[in-house]
Amino acid sequence: MTETIALLPARGILDQNWRKIVNYGLLIAFAEIFIALANMPVALDDFVLIEPILSLGYLFLLCLPLLLGFGIGREKVLEGIADHAKGAREVVAGGCVGLLGGGGLSLLVLLLDNFDLRDPLVNWSPQLLDLLAFDNGVGFGVVIWLAIGGGLGLLGGSMHLIPPIARRVVATMALAVLAAAVLEAILSDMSEDLYLEWLADWVYFIRGGVTLHGAVAVAAVAAAYALWGSRAVKGAKATFQALEGAERRQANKVGLLTVAVLTILLPLVLGKITNELLANVGLFLLLALGLNIVIGLAGILDLGYVAFFAVGGYTTAILTSPNRGDSWPDWLPQLWWVVALLVVVVLAGLTGLFIGAPVIRMRGDYLAIVTLGFGEIIRLLFLSDWLGGYTGGAQGITTVPGVQVFGLATVRGTDPRAVFYLVAFFCAIAIYISWRLEKSRIGRAWMAVREDESVAEAMGINTVNVKLLAFVVGAVLASFSGAIFAAKVGSVFPSSFIILVSIVILIVVIVGGMGNILGVIAGSAVLIGVLGGPRQPGLLQELSEFKLLIYGALLIWMMLKRPEGLIPNVRRTRELHQEEFLQDAWLKGEIDLDDEEGNGGEVAPA
Amino acid sequence: MSGERLLTIKQLSVTFGGLDALRDLDFHVDEGEIVSVIGPNGAGKTTCFNMISGMVTPTAGEIIFQDQPLTGLDPNQVTARGIARTFQNVRLFANMTILENVMVAQHCRTKQGLWGALFQTAAFKKEEEDIRAWGEHVLGFFGTRLIGYRLDQPASTLSYANRRRLEIARAMATKPTILLLDEPVAGMNPKESEELTGLIGKLRSEWGFTIVMIEHDMGVVRDVSDRVVVLDHGETIAQGSYEEVSNNPDVIEAYLGRPAEEAS
Repeated sequence: MTETIALLPARGILDQNWRKIVNYGLLIAFAEIFIALANMPVALDDFVLIEPILSLGYLFLLCLPLLLGFGIGREKVLEGIADHAKGAREVVAGGCVGLLGGGGLSLLVLLLDNFDLRDPLVNWSPQLLDLLAFDNGVGFGVVIWLAIGGGLGLLGGSMHLIPPIARRVVATMALAVLAAAVLEAILSDMSEDLYLEWLADWVYFIRGGVTLHGAVAVAAVAAAYALWGSRAVKGAKATFQALEGAERRQANKVGLLTVAVLTILLPLVLGKITNELLANVGLFLLLALGLNIVIGLAGILDLGYVAFFAVGGYTTAILTSPNRGDSWPDWLPQLWWVVALLVVVVLAGLTGLFIGAPVIRMRGDYLAIVTLGFGEIIRLLFLSDWLGGYTGGAQGITTVPGVQVFGLATVRGTDPRAVFYLVAFFCAIAIYISWRLEKSRIGRAWMAVREDESVAEAMGINTVNVKLLAFVVGAVLASFSGAIFAAKVGSVFPSSFIILVSIVILIVVIVGGMGNILGVIAGSAVLIGVLGGPRQPGLLQELSEFKLLIYGALLIWMMLKRPEGLIPNVRRTRELHQEEFLQDAWLKGEIDLDDEEGNGGEVAPA
Repeated sequence: MSGERLLTIKQLSVTFGGLDALRDLDFHVDEGEIVSVIGPNGAGKTTCFNMISGMVTPTAGEIIFQDQPLTGLDPNQVTARGIARTFQNVRLFANMTILENVMVAQHCRTKQGLWGALFQTAAFKKEEEDIRAWGEHVLGFFGTRLIGYRLDQPASTLSYANRRRLEIARAMATKPTILLLDEPVAGMNPKESEELTGLIGKLRSEWGFTIVMIEHDMGVVRDVSDRVVVLDHGETIAQGSYEEVSNNPDVIEAYLGRPAEEAS
């Protein structure tokens, strides 16, 4: 940062960017009407966040005017250019935006009351009108939503008036209360084993949701953290980043060890449901790590990734279940899971080669479409009558036994903790593979192929081989996940391997941060853990009906605002924000605009 | 100066949808030579490079390198045989660092695969070190411009002239016998191109590369080339030393057009 330039005086109240205000207002209005008609407020009204006052259903309606009321006053701050001070103008703008947005719901209330909208729009339930009018009649509903919208908008806008530190405290408090409410299942589960049940009982209401005094307490702790704790954390982070060489490696080792110990200890204090959740997160993380190699490192947009998951699942089921299709010859033994895994790896690798070979010479969109097709073909093969004798057709294969760990223990779906450990072990392998490969000759070749395939080829890289390798490594990782999935669930059906799985994994990778292992972990924790997988429930089970809607909204928002993902890969950030990056580099003096003055002076001109 | 025959191009032709981009191109390059290929825009110079480097398959004719045919090989195989090129419109791996750009170019000279990377074998570590060392060595050819703190910066932060230098370094990193330079000084200022001209000479004298170069800057062509091949409309119209070629009436006509009374 250069030195701060004195702020220009605040602008007049009427000196507004009206077009932007109308845009934002209409955006909120449409979004709120959409949310209401999708029946989210009613369906989610039972999910109480803060006991008497706020449910998840209302939160969806309330957060938009508040957030965009604040957002309207934000402006791009350009380095070295004086900015206007924030003042009443921003508050008024926020209020206007909120009023327009609230007006959307008022309009909806009127429409619902006067017209029969059930015919074209079937999703909303009759309770919606009562819920929107707070059981006080239509007139009240119309007025109250204008008031709520305007009020929240004003509140959001007034956030510009308080100093940044206060803003951060408020944001941290709000997020902490939200997190406490969302994570209720995990936290109260953990509290039982940590002898903190009294605390959980105090913070959480008996039928779910944070109590009022609990919310205040959580907010207070969060505020304290925002004021003092975050500085300490930032300081520690800076110290860590400043470390170099051996010390850095030492610190890395300590960090890694801590994570490993936590991974081992945490499930012990967690209950069945939470462990089940973690196991699902792990399964999808394993898939996402594999896809991350294919897409994030090698840049191959594979939309049929579920095929390898299916091959892993089915192969395991066929090799271990007594109940496999009738057409198998009798001599085919029933193997232990661990032994079957060897066959699975080989078969998955071969499938990768088989699908990859024709596909890999294509580029971009063509490749995406063809892989999409192959993903479906594999599923339809498992479903078909032709292979029905081997794969059980639509009935699938059942009674897949658990994982025999060398006769010591059996890991079954009934014991989610053991499944989690198994998954974690394979995730660790996958992370190790991704990490080592990225920093190797092969990883560099993948990067080059992603950057510019023809040049990579001209620089001596056999692009076909290198891309096939990425495809195969990805396939093997996915097959691990499939093998664990089969043993965990105890059965495989074609319907477990629908195209939605490919898409969800892709979203996990994109939202998390393509090409970054930490990002992929964060992505699967947030998406699979909180929202849930294609069939697996997440923390917010109530949301499962709206899961795809939220996935979609999240994806659009990410693509617009943060295309590099939650925890981005440095290189992809550069790629997507090249101009900003170059500007920064220029400001830091790291760019050479001309080398007339010859910092390469040793090279004598001829 | 010239040694054995390295590269022979025989009757090379390529047609793009009915258009003869190159017709019966013939020339050869001897070991240790610097040969310039010149000609007006659209004469087929870059197409000729694309065919040598395997990016375009010729319709007819032969390319023989070290007594073996190159025709039909993929670009990566050509590079592995020992022919590396640069691009007219600089095509670096912009988001990879400067060091990574020259490291990745050694792909076909190294062989550690999955196994070495996963188990961090001694051979893998040794090879990584060698790759790095050779990369820095190659970058060092351009003085301090591309090394030091720049090593770990993305190639996109480089100035135009430095990008051109890095392209040459990347081609050098593949350990070639022949370097194909496609307009190495295009867009550089006179001082920079003079310096690069000197470096091209050194590429031969110190590094032992044979060089084929496309260039529009006649000063550079005059200063470094042993021989000049002139193309126009896909055909060779003249070959020889710079003096011979520059006095050749066909060449003058190709560049300046023919006098009005003859044309009519």
